[in-house]
Amino acid sequence: MATKVVMEALSPTMEEGRLIKWLKDEGDSVATGDVLAEVETDKAVMELVARGEGVLRRKVVPAGDTVEVGSLVGVIGDPDEDISALVGDGDRGEGGTAAATTPVAAAAPAAAPTPATSEAPAPAGDGQRVKVSPLARRIAREEGIDLRAVHGSGPGGRIIKRDLAVAAVGASRPAPATTAPYEDVPLTQIRKTIARRLVESIGPIPHFFLTADVDMEQAAAARTQLNALEDGPRISFNDIVLKVVAEALVRHRDCNAWWQDDCIRYFADADLSVAVAVDDGLITPVIRGANRKSLRDIAVEVRDLAERARAKRLTPDEYTGGTFSVSNLGMFGIEQFTGVINPPEAGLLAVGAVTERPVAVDGTVQIRKRMRITMSCDHRVIDGATGARFLQTVRRMLENPLAIVW
Amino acid sequence: METLTYRDALNQALREEMDRDDRVFLMGEEVGVYQGAYKVSKGLLEAFGAQRVVDTPIAELGFAGIGVGAAMTGLRPVVEFMTWNFALLAIDQVVNSAAKMLSMSGGQITVPIVFRGPGGAALQLAAQHSQAFESWYAHIPGLKVVAPGTPADAKGLLKAAIRDNNPVIVLEGEMLYNRKGEVPDGEHLVPIGAADRKREGTDVTIVCHSKTVAPALKAAEQLAGDGISADVIDLRTLRPLDTGTLVESVVRTNRCVVVEEGWPRYGIGAQVVDDIQREAFDHLDAPILRVTGADVPMPYNKQLERSAKPNPARIVEAVRQVTYTA
Repeated sequence: MATKVVMEALSPTMEEGRLIKWLKDEGDSVATGDVLAEVETDKAVMELVARGEGVLRRKVVPAGDTVEVGSLVGVIGDPDEDISALVGDGDRGEGGTAAATTPVAAAAPAAAPTPATSEAPAPAGDGQRVKVSPLARRIAREEGIDLRAVHGSGPGGRIIKRDLAVAAVGASRPAPATTAPYEDVPLTQIRKTIARRLVESIGPIPHFFLTADVDMEQAAAARTQLNALEDGPRISFNDIVLKVVAEALVRHRDCNAWWQDDCIRYFADADLSVAVAVDDGLITPVIRGANRKSLRDIAVEVRDLAERARAKRLTPDEYTGGTFSVSNLGMFGIEQFTGVINPPEAGLLAVGAVTERPVAVDGTVQIRKRMRITMSCDHRVIDGATGARFLQTVRRMLENPLAIVW
Repeated sequence: METLTYRDALNQALREEMDRDDRVFLMGEEVGVYQGAYKVSKGLLEAFGAQRVVDTPIAELGFAGIGVGAAMTGLRPVVEFMTWNFALLAIDQVVNSAAKMLSMSGGQITVPIVFRGPGGAALQLAAQHSQAFESWYAHIPGLKVVAPGTPADAKGLLKAAIRDNNPVIVLEGEMLYNRKGEVPDGEHLVPIGAADRKREGTDVTIVCHSKTVAPALKAAEQLAGDGISADVIDLRTLRPLDTGTLVESVVRTNRCVVVEEGWPRYGIGAQVVDDIQREAFDHLDAPILRVTGADVPMPYNKQLERSAKPNPARIVEAVRQVTYTA
């Protein structure tokens, strides 16, 4: 008498689980209560135990795959029992004690390890159906908006038309191309849960902000020396910031990333989006591989891109596909501001003006050149400490610009 | 354009159609010598004589039956009920004779008759005399039902009803008879089966008819002050229902409130909601709400009567709910 092994809801909010490791092999004998596999839920790694006895006849889901709660994961049965009915159709197998021992009714076909995304009524965290007005459901379908990522403002959390106007800003933008080498890292369950909950609570991109106050005395001195060199381009503070950010991003790959809904894409090179104000708005030309370019090359390239941006002479591949943004309003005398993230990038550094301010240094008050930088982080990708470590590196490198060549 | 009362617009319609076609005649209680309980037939006895403006006894079933027989044999009667409350006594002739004859005779016998009179509540006439019977008649295949809310529509629809070869129910309103409005000069016909946009808007569709047109427009005015733009659709004809106009409006506004004077259960609004949810489901951003009379026999007490009727404040409240601005 065969018993189905299904993905069980191992936490109250679990909707799917990743089978990390099988602890039994096919053919191993199994007693009720034996641990069959380890499963990563949205909260922790849990044990999936046998609900029947015999031998583990079939592992339907290979280690590493993610399946929805209720999906057929494996089959326990007698060594010579015919289990084809169970394995062939996960939906209909009513073999033996399965119905009695597994609380979840229908199992998804085992061949579909990833959860369906777009159209199905999306389950909310509390296991209830997401409520969506017919109009909002149609618009979401047409514009490819994932309703699970939309906060409903109607009665009982119903998603209505106006909620999609907010969501569309972040969600429906097509992924731009990039030339930088990258690696797609599958989302862990906890990362998915953080992402979903933050989006539900704040908006399409859950921003948070980190500010650092940087001493720019040494950077100013270096800049003066560099600008005294003959036939070089004039180096601005912003050029130095760009170079430092590029170096820091390579050292903190976890801030040099795109949110991709089903994974986070971490980049090996820093393609910096540089915000340039133009007559009718703002455009972000990209310095590709800024970490591999010299300060001098960056200075030349930024000027060229900015001039052509103002003349509307940029090609689309020159202003899309950055991995991180830098926006500088220092030339307007702005000391500190927060920028809005340029999706799918996960971070942006807002750079203020270099100003002389009294600061306490070693117990005395001194007038120093200071600059405030504020990082906007997409909390789905970057956590507080992650961003803080990156910002710490940026600050240290700016305060000791020799580190650029280190 | 001439400014007329609803009463005089109906009077013009009768006069013009009796002039135009000598098969048309009017019969009912007090329509002749007394010139109508609400003076709709004023001057008609004098103009057309006692053979075409016929005073009847207080016997609704009897004279409704005479009307149906006259229509079957080639005349075009207009039967006035002093109010639709009294027409309950005649409903067998309306439903079983007038509405069925064309179908049961295999298309051989038409019944070109108009039944008309005031319906709905007036002021403190109590439960038996304050009833809106729209859904009763609109339920019956074989009848057409119109319920004009303005003098122009009253004139145009009554003339169209008299010329129609089917039995037509014309639901007027005692509280509407004194209402004034512009009526186009010359021959003015309003097609049966066509709703009318009384105000153009983009955020919500307010559906109304007859006596609820005025409160709907008043609510729309108030909502406009709050930045909510209402599309006000006057159904004018309840059977056949102009679903196309309703759907066209809701597809643009995505939200709808249906207003009627009658009781809520199985009312006109229930049918409107049914048509819209089926034809425009993917365009709805909120459930459709209804504003109706209270689900009780009309109270005599003045305050209770007032609170039992639809009013602009309740319409505004419903619109705020469907636009999520409550």
